[in-house]
Amino acid sequence: MSANVQAIESYRNSFLKEVEANVEEGDWVKMCMQCGVCSGSCPLGPYWEHPPQEIFMLIRAGKREEVLKSSSMWMCTSCYNCIARCPRELPITHIMHGLATYAERLGMAPKNQPTRKFALKFWDNLTKKGRVNELKLGVSLYFMNGFVEGIKTALKAMPLGMNMYKTKRLNPMEYFGGHGVKDTSGLKAILKKAEEIELAKLKKTDA
Amino acid sequence: MSDVKIGAYICQGCGLGDRLDTAQLAQVAQRDAKANVVKEHEFLCSEAGIKMIQEDIDNEGVNRVAICACSRRAKTEAFTFEGVAVTRANLREGVIWVRPDTDEARETTQDMADDYVRMAVTEVKYQSPPTPNQETSYTRDILVVGGGVSGMTAALEASRAGYPVTIVEKTGALGGHAAHAWKGIPMHAPYADPEDNIVDELIAKVEADSNITVFLNSTLSRTDGAPGRFVAHIAQESGPVTDRKFGAIIQASGYRDFDANELPEFGYASNANVVTQTELDAMAKEANGAPLKTKDGKEVKNVVFIQCVGQRSDKEGHLPYCSGHCCLTSIKQAMYFKDANPDIDTNVIYTDLRTPGAGGEDFYRSGQRKGVTFTKGVVSEVVAEGDRLAVKFKDLILDEDTVEIADLVVLATGMVPNSGVDIEAIAKPADDEEEVDADGEVEPPQVELPVESILNLSYRQGPDLPHLKYGFNDSHFICFPYETRRTGIYTTGPVRRPMDAQQAMEDATGAALKAIQAVENAGKGRAAHPRSGDLSFPSFRREGCTQCKRCTVECPFGAIDEDEERYPQFNEARCRRCGTCMGACPVRVISFENYSVDTVGQQLKNIDIPDEFEEKPRILVLACENDAYPALDMAGMNGVEYSAFARIIPVRCLGSVNLIWITDAMNSGYDGVILMGCQKGENYQCHFVKGSEIAHIRMSKVDDTLQSLSLEPERVATYEIAITDIERAPKLINDMAETIEKIGMSPFKF
Ligand code: SF4
Ligand code: SF4
Ligand code: SF4
Repeated sequence: MSANVQAIESYRNSFLKEVEANVEEGDWVKMCMQCGVCSGSCPLGPYWEHPPQEIFMLIRAGKREEVLKSSSMWMCTSCYNCIARCPRELPITHIMHGLATYAERLGMAPKNQPTRKFALKFWDNLTKKGRVNELKLGVSLYFMNGFVEGIKTALKAMPLGMNMYKTKRLNPMEYFGGHGVKDTSGLKAILKKAEEIELAKLKKTDA
Repeated sequence: MSDVKIGAYICQGCGLGDRLDTAQLAQVAQRDAKANVVKEHEFLCSEAGIKMIQEDIDNEGVNRVAICACSRRAKTEAFTFEGVAVTRANLREGVIWVRPDTDEARETTQDMADDYVRMAVTEVKYQSPPTPNQETSYTRDILVVGGGVSGMTAALEASRAGYPVTIVEKTGALGGHAAHAWKGIPMHAPYADPEDNIVDELIAKVEADSNITVFLNSTLSRTDGAPGRFVAHIAQESGPVTDRKFGAIIQASGYRDFDANELPEFGYASNANVVTQTELDAMAKEANGAPLKTKDGKEVKNVVFIQCVGQRSDKEGHLPYCSGHCCLTSIKQAMYFKDANPDIDTNVIYTDLRTPGAGGEDFYRSGQRKGVTFTKGVVSEVVAEGDRLAVKFKDLILDEDTVEIADLVVLATGMVPNSGVDIEAIAKPADDEEEVDADGEVEPPQVELPVESILNLSYRQGPDLPHLKYGFNDSHFICFPYETRRTGIYTTGPVRRPMDAQQAMEDATGAALKAIQAVENAGKGRAAHPRSGDLSFPSFRREGCTQCKRCTVECPFGAIDEDEERYPQFNEARCRRCGTCMGACPVRVISFENYSVDTVGQQLKNIDIPDEFEEKPRILVLACENDAYPALDMAGMNGVEYSAFARIIPVRCLGSVNLIWITDAMNSGYDGVILMGCQKGENYQCHFVKGSEIAHIRMSKVDDTLQSLSLEPERVATYEIAITDIERAPKLINDMAETIEKIGMSPFKF
């Protein structure tokens, strides 16, 4: 984009409208009054590329790529500090997750963002049986950055694992199958339906 | 002062009887101070006590009453007696409550009380009961200058209260600035949308009101007189001059737009699609709901509003203040576009969005809900970009320089008050001898008037109201809203301080009430604010006057003119009774019936000055009765102690302090003198605006007097005291006591 085309697009409502249509609680974005309380309240704020206040301004400034490709909203730990403090009562946490979801759906989310990777693993793990298999999730996390790294981390965690085993906090058999909800196919059906509804919504706004 | 008969009444209540020897006080009153009737009472403010005094007034012919009990600020109603002069000796707050109840302190505490009794009896001896200003024929008509929202509201309110009103409007129509707006900022819940402009409704009401006369295309060619009897010469454009009498004047002369041509960076002069808020509203009014077009007739897709254009800026030629309405006005104007077509992009670039008023925040949210973008940023430049405009700015949230392309740019330029001639800029007060020429005359100011006068007052001190700050005709914003420094003339609306229409309407209602109050007070021959109800007024002894003109120059309220023989001519109804003229007069010929050079001067001469060897210094404290004296009273209430050597005399205003008091005190052997007045200068708290300042200037010259007496300059100190200085005021007294201990007693004791 040339500088001028960018200028023509800047501070237009178009991206804001897109966010309102596609992002959970997105129609709150315009209500932010830029006080910065959220950014100051977020325990992780200093590590964000763009803390919530900035994200909202970027949306209003029409910076679509910068927002959707950002790792920022993936940093949210759902502590709800910002929501509790925002004088304009924006559901900030929800918007952060909504933006992350939307970016993921568009395939714009940063591929190697660790919390994004974790989120995907978590989702896979959970949707298989309807229960989180902590052992599998933990092990898959160890190996997230490659086999050698995985072995090293696993060895480091071994004493902890043994202790948990002794106190019946860990069942190695879980790795092979593990427990789940009674009606797995029912769960699958629910998730499928939910996805359909989401896609339908998207189609509507795309049209 | 034919048959003066003084009654001194000494109270024993509130612990006075235990702490003080009241029999001795009675003796002091009788023997030293020569009171004719002296009585003690165990509870003076009780019904029996009051009755005792009233009977003496009725049967014994007592016409001067000295109440020796609590502070003059306490029990004021109980101790009000008609037709006689009353004064108070402050034995409770001023003596027993500021002294420890110990055996060692007993003697000095009694000394203090003895002196206060002497002082009270002496003071009342030199007072006479004030009789109202005789000049009480008055007219109830009220003149409103300016027919905008403020002026019309003031007129309607005064008329509703039963006072005939005349509006003088310079232009050919009522409505003022607001008349050019398409719609108004909402004044009603839910504060979500622009409301119909209030102006048409106001005009209809004014026109329907038979109690209101309107002069259009008219100005005041001259205004004479004083509250109750102003005479306005109303000059109609190419028409006759009508003379009318008025009791009070409300100046609602409004504002004009700051000239956007002064700010070349915003491209106002070079680009037709850069407009001011006023112009945009005029465009909207013309379109009346049809889509707004650019000047070259194209559709508007993008509008940028730039806030604080040349405002809240300390750059040369800019307005340092916030005009208060423009953020709301921009929100309103952005809604003109959004309500017509939500696809038009509107961006308000601000540094701080200020939305005052009950509905301000709601209106802001409503703007956001409608999709108006609000961007915290600073605009550096607006330039042409093809046939559109490029707004270059720094986004302060995203911390980057950026550009937005727009079809129309709206500038929020500020309000400049129509406050007439800055009389203080053209005539500096003649505080210095240098400005008085050889014949003792003050040179008339020979400066050209920079702007047209609004009131054309025939006052000696200049044709318009003095400005306070930034050219606004205001007085003390918190303590005395509406008051100007010309009694009976009140300002309202944006000439007083920046405000929007709703605030102006509230403001105008207040101004109407003040004007009514002024009319009524003038009719009763008594003072308006802040000594409301005071019947005394200054008079001068013509034979003694040297025509030095100090009083006419220093009166903070322009109350004194000159008569044909160049003697001061007091306009009682304009006077606020501060006594600044009395303090100014070098030959001491100005006095009030109950407050004069003698009522204070004789008190300080009648205080007992023990000789050097008794080691009992005396500190004279002249304390402003508005703030410093109450602070000292409250010190007493809070049990804060101060030196038993202090003798405190309340004064109406520090401005009323005549230098002779200081010289007399020094000559009679006082060891120190403290003057306590209100804060002066730009953020003044002086109830008489300039009194404290003038006193400080006069006192800066007292060093010469001290030098000629070979006295140390530390012996005289002048302070600014706030009513909250409950700890500080006593401390300053104690500091003086310490200083005296260091430098030694005055050599002037006899
Ligand atoms: S909920 Fe998310 S955005 Fe809000 S403070 Fe916590 S981590 Fe930050
Ligand atoms: S706390 Fe709320 S209003 Fe303030 S910047 Fe954050 S989102 Fe905006
Ligand atoms: S100086 Fe004060 S007391 Fe004297 S005329 Fe002016 S207002 Fe009245």
